Amino acid sequence: MSLRHTLALAGAIGLAAGSAQAQLTNNEIKIGILSDMSSLYTDLAGAGSVLAARMAVEDFGAAAKGLKVEFVSADHQNKADVGSNIARQWYDRDGVDVIVDVPNSAVALAVNTVTREKNKVFLVSGAASSALTGAQCSPNTIHWTYDTWVLANGTGNAIVKTGGDSWFFLTADYAFGHQLEADTEAVVVKNGGKVLGKVRHPLNNQDFSSFLLQAQASKAKIIGLANAGGDTINSIKQASEFGIVKGGQNLAGLLVFLTDIKALGLPTAQGLIFTETYYWDANDASRAFAKRFSEQAPRNNYPTMIHAGVYSSVLHYLKAVEAAGTDDGTKVIAKMKELPTDDPLFGKGTIRADGRKIHSAMLVEVKKPSESKGPRDLHKIRAVIPADQAFRPIDQGDCPLVAKK
Amino acid sequence: MEIFGVPTQALFGQLLIGLVNGSFYALLSLGLAVISGLLNIINFTHGAQYMMGAFVSFLLLNKLGIGYWWSLLVVPLLVGATGMVIERTMLSRLYKLDHLYGLLLTFGLALIIQGLFRNEFGSSGQPYRIPPELAGGQNLGFMFLPNYRAWVIVASFFVCLATWYVIERTKLGAYLRAAIENPQLVQAFGINVPRMITLTYGSGVGLAALAGVMAAPIYQVSPQMGADLIIVVFAVVVIGGMGSILGAILTGFGLGVMEGLTKVFYPEASNRRVDRRRRRPGT
Repeated sequence: MSLRHTLALAGAIGLAAGSAQAQLTNNEIKIGILSDMSSLYTDLAGAGSVLAARMAVEDFGAAAKGLKVEFVSADHQNKADVGSNIARQWYDRDGVDVIVDVPNSAVALAVNTVTREKNKVFLVSGAASSALTGAQCSPNTIHWTYDTWVLANGTGNAIVKTGGDSWFFLTADYAFGHQLEADTEAVVVKNGGKVLGKVRHPLNNQDFSSFLLQAQASKAKIIGLANAGGDTINSIKQASEFGIVKGGQNLAGLLVFLTDIKALGLPTAQGLIFTETYYWDANDASRAFAKRFSEQAPRNNYPTMIHAGVYSSVLHYLKAVEAAGTDDGTKVIAKMKELPTDDPLFGKGTIRADGRKIHSAMLVEVKKPSESKGPRDLHKIRAVIPADQAFRPIDQGDCPLVAKK
Repeated sequence: MEIFGVPTQALFGQLLIGLVNGSFYALLSLGLAVISGLLNIINFTHGAQYMMGAFVSFLLLNKLGIGYWWSLLVVPLLVGATGMVIERTMLSRLYKLDHLYGLLLTFGLALIIQGLFRNEFGSSGQPYRIPPELAGGQNLGFMFLPNYRAWVIVASFFVCLATWYVIERTKLGAYLRAAIENPQLVQAFGINVPRMITLTYGSGVGLAALAGVMAAPIYQVSPQMGADLIIVVFAVVVIGGMGSILGAILTGFGLGVMEGLTKVFYPEASNRRVDRRRRRPGT
């Protein structure tokens, strides 16, 4: 056979293979889980997020439907440049269709830009910055689990209304901390409270004593912790050492995860109020998920809301790919926004034009040691914030995708 | 009253806090200065060994019920012993080679040790309670000083003093310094130099572990607790004059105080004291 014939035959085979499946590049869906695999956010996202994505693919029944799904995962080291390089390499060279998770808002904002440029899909579960559905919203991104606005609104409102009207912020000095601080300050001021001061600390800080001392000197009633993961753990622990709460000031953990409370222990963390969108012990479905998750998770950890969000977002993504018959970035996202969401963890919900996934949120309080029935029994739900009030109204985010009225 | 727009009250508080942090730097630099000055090893495992100190005391408390005070004694011995094993089996083979090899070996070891602990215990870390005898604190008027932090300053000061005395003023210290200067000659006098070097490395590591035990109640006991500190501590040892015990102690305390002041005047820069290109988390 001549070379020309061989080539023609190879081309024909290629075409035939291509048309056998829906229009998927490489005939498969490749999910990239980009997370913090080695530092302060590892426990609340990390390997647990990889597991959650796998569980979603399993529950979708991808294999039975003839859909081939592959996974890759990587450590972004909490650096925006590392994160966007990995994203670029995944999209350009490795055929990744969708990136999920990405705790750390600075990295997420970078990946947001790369994803839009390459017309792929970005499902944010780990990052918090409300800018992802605000000024920097994109037709290729959906912000799934929570954002700084939800946290500010849920926790800030509840605290100001119960008398915590003067605040001092302890803020992680990067995109996430700044946004969380700004969103919370807006809520505090709107409710008639005032902000007496703020101090910015470096990400992944060990010693918070000097910052806490400044907070103490401010005489603010509430010390708002606009940080996360290891930083929140160390600030709460050292605040207790410096007798902050005994001195009459209260802490507001603006972003706190189940794993943080577990690491602190109830004697130190009790009474802390914060907002989350998933708690494992909320209902039967969430309990069943948590049990299945912990059987396979590292150190049998229970899922955080970030893990739940990864599961839920991947599940809905696969439904949309199936319905749209393509893995083209903007088309899948459009389909995701068109289909109502429904899963055991967040219930029925919708996705707005600005990329914001809408569901209810919960205001929770950390139990006293005497109230806890087991090592995972850590929160009690104080109030449920209904879906229509939990998130920032669509016309207030300055998202260019939303037509101004 | 104010100094440069900062209330004196805040200033005194920060100076005291700086002193507490300085005691940790001093204690850690001390071990490192002993190792780098006397043995010429650039011990990048030091941060990991500090972390091991904290973890071993956590494990002793939770698995065997051995409390803080015994930990102060037992943990440096245990972790120091692992250090001696590392010295005997690995480091001793590198003395004839360039310093770089020792650096690479210890850096690799640090990554392995941190990875193993992260795999086992997760990144959020484990809680360690302040011993009841030292719980609570004193109101000094300008600040609330937790008793435990006061204890850290005192304890660290005495450990530093003792180490300096042993090395600079005792016969053992003199042998040691002589053995570094001219190993063949000292060996000719019938002193077992390799054993002495192993023991010195072991005690340097023990000092790191001791700092770890003291840090456990203040910081979360987590695998990456030593990863960032090591850079600061290296800077301290270099500024103090490689291998100068007294230099390391003074620089350690000085740096802590300077850092405290930075946190008042320009908090964002507080982790950029010495080196502009400091490691960010996770590297």
